[in-house]
Amino acid sequence: MATIDSDNGGTREGFFRRLRTKLNKPDSWLSYDLANLFRGRAIDGAALEELETRLLTADVGVEATNEILESLAQSVRRKELDDVDALVDALKNAIFGILEPCAKPLDISGSRRPFVLLVVGVNGSGKTTTIGKLAQKLRDDGKSVVLAAGDTFRAAAIEQLGVWADRTGAAMVAQQAGADPAAVVFDALQSARSRGTQVLICDTAGRLQNQAHLMDELKKVKRVIQRADPSAPHEVLLVLDANQGQNALVQAREFNEAMGVTGLALTKLDGTAKGGIVVAIARQLRLPIRYIGIGEGADDFGVFDARSFTDALVEGAEPSE
Amino acid sequence: MAAMFDNLTSRLSRTVDALRGRGRITEDNIAETLRDVRMALLEADVALPVVKRFIEGVRAKALGSEVQQSLTPGQVFVGILHRELVALMGGAAAGFTLRAQPPYVVLLAGLQGAGKTTTAAKLARWLIEAQKKRVLLVSTDVRRPAAILQLERLAAQVGAGFFAAEAGAAPAQIAADALAQAKRGLYDVLIVDTAGRLHVDAALMDEAREIDRVAGSHERLFVVDAMAGQDAVNAAKAFGSALDLTGVILTKADGDARGGVALSVREITGKPIVFVGAGEKPDALEPFDPERMATRILGMGDVVALVEQVRRDADVDEAQRLARKVAKGKGFDFNDLRGQLEQLLKMGGLASLMEKLPQHLTRGAATQVPGDREVRRQIAIINSMTRRERRQPGVIDGSRRRRIAAGAGVQVQDVNRLLKQFQDMQRMMKSMKGGRLARMLGSLKGGRPPGFL
Repeated sequence: MATIDSDNGGTREGFFRRLRTKLNKPDSWLSYDLANLFRGRAIDGAALEELETRLLTADVGVEATNEILESLAQSVRRKELDDVDALVDALKNAIFGILEPCAKPLDISGSRRPFVLLVVGVNGSGKTTTIGKLAQKLRDDGKSVVLAAGDTFRAAAIEQLGVWADRTGAAMVAQQAGADPAAVVFDALQSARSRGTQVLICDTAGRLQNQAHLMDELKKVKRVIQRADPSAPHEVLLVLDANQGQNALVQAREFNEAMGVTGLALTKLDGTAKGGIVVAIARQLRLPIRYIGIGEGADDFGVFDARSFTDALVEGAEPSE
Repeated sequence: MAAMFDNLTSRLSRTVDALRGRGRITEDNIAETLRDVRMALLEADVALPVVKRFIEGVRAKALGSEVQQSLTPGQVFVGILHRELVALMGGAAAGFTLRAQPPYVVLLAGLQGAGKTTTAAKLARWLIEAQKKRVLLVSTDVRRPAAILQLERLAAQVGAGFFAAEAGAAPAQIAADALAQAKRGLYDVLIVDTAGRLHVDAALMDEAREIDRVAGSHERLFVVDAMAGQDAVNAAKAFGSALDLTGVILTKADGDARGGVALSVREITGKPIVFVGAGEKPDALEPFDPERMATRILGMGDVVALVEQVRRDADVDEAQRLARKVAKGKGFDFNDLRGQLEQLLKMGGLASLMEKLPQHLTRGAATQVPGDREVRRQIAIINSMTRRERRQPGVIDGSRRRRIAAGAGVQVQDVNRLLKQFQDMQRMMKSMKGGRLARMLGSLKGGRPPGFL
């Protein structure tokens, strides 16, 4: 298995079924009365405008929405689309076309030991919970894991990570609150090395991307890791909250500029937030999307898959076939 | 994305300018303008239904004669937008009368990661410092690991009491016990923190109602992230109907999100935004200011006020001289820098100017803004240079640096830093040669702000 997601087919399918269900609550966006909307109606400007509304309401953003609609409108002009099903398929293809190049699972199977994952993001995006779930997944796969308690700022952040370490049987390296996060991470890397640990996951304090001094602190963490292991960090994982609007794009851009983000995790897709921001980010930044979180349980976390995700967005709660 | 929004003012100016000279503004010829406004508000994360209602209001106003007769219709139009936003977001902020038999109970609720726990501590601090109240904090979040411990630590930091729940107690039980403790301990205020929950999670919404009932809360505040997207209205609606909210707290407003959610949530819940969280420290809690929020949603900063201030205080001749110099490609030297720094002091320092600029322009700079003291120190360093050094900074070697530092009473590092800054500025000036900067500075003379041209 090349990826850390070594679930067997059954569980994997289960995850996507849950994803589909969770993303398509009765009041979900595109699936909701999409068929009714166009039935008995020519596919005209008004229909496309209604689609525009729906994409915008899903936080897809103006640019990505325009691009998708333009491609649909072209097909309509060429008379390639003449009924509702064709339009829905075309919509799915357009969204899939944007997402597919970004669906790149994280591969940690290489010889690097430890594989160093640095987890970053704004306050409250779900970094620590994501680390917990990821650690669980890795432990289930029989991998050894060390967690670095790099959030030394927020009250009780170290203890929060400690609970996850206990739950998952991962080791944790921590210092006292207020310690230099770079020093904590450096210690953790040395410790992981001497134990021959396979994966090191570094937590960091949440920070808003426009706080220059906090971004500098993060850069320093990365530099210190690189000093110890020039090939590391092997993944800089940016955690994004699906409830966020257009600012998530700015987050992705700024964190990428500062840190060289190599992957995204999208959390909290189990509400009614539509996750359309993924489309906007994929289109603008083409960053690999690694994981999505659809709930608080350790199972509610999986590898991002463009087809399933697109289907889940566009189709109803039950797969159509 | 941002680019489109940045240009809202100029785009509106263009489209509205085109209306001038026509007989009257009609639905047809204002449609494009309103579409720009619509897109801009959507990019600011104002919820679509709210955008639609807002546009209707503006359309009604714009169809009047005010826009048509104005010499600068774009500006007037932005003014109308701004006023409308302020009107919608403002209104009586009735919260926190604290007029009730103590303990006055405040409940905080919201989605995961909105910032409830941090806000609970900030609120406690505000009540303690500004209102001289005795505050008891309690966390009913038995789900997130270490959430209770987090609030306990914060309570100690802000000098509030903390109610430690019995292990294994249910959230409603914890709230009841905390209320009893607040009464016994003669606390003025009890702040109840709750676990983050999804509005579609029926069981947890019931739990929130139960906590509210048991605690008999006087204030029920919805805590929402300023970066929230379109879906925030659904959450706000659900929390509003479950909890009979009394107000809203907007968090993480120190970020660069346009914060359209403020307008959406105000509209949907009908409840005032009472506080804004704008920083990581416990004192970073501010009263909500609808004027500033409107400015921010429109992404324009207080550009108008800034330009007025610059025109009033700045030495226009000096600016023009510099503009000509740069335009001609002549070197920017330390004399010029000193002139700039002196102007800066005259205008109340860079920090106050930065406040007036749109967020996206000042992104990342906020923490690096030198205070007045730093500016004075820089001027002192330049004053310690010889005339030749000021004109030809290239000659400043190690021994000159030491002499300058001694003369200005600063460290050599301070001199080095200023030299580095100067080089950066010089590079920037060169790249702008004859371009933007000159036009920007040149426009001061005409008395018209750039962007309104």
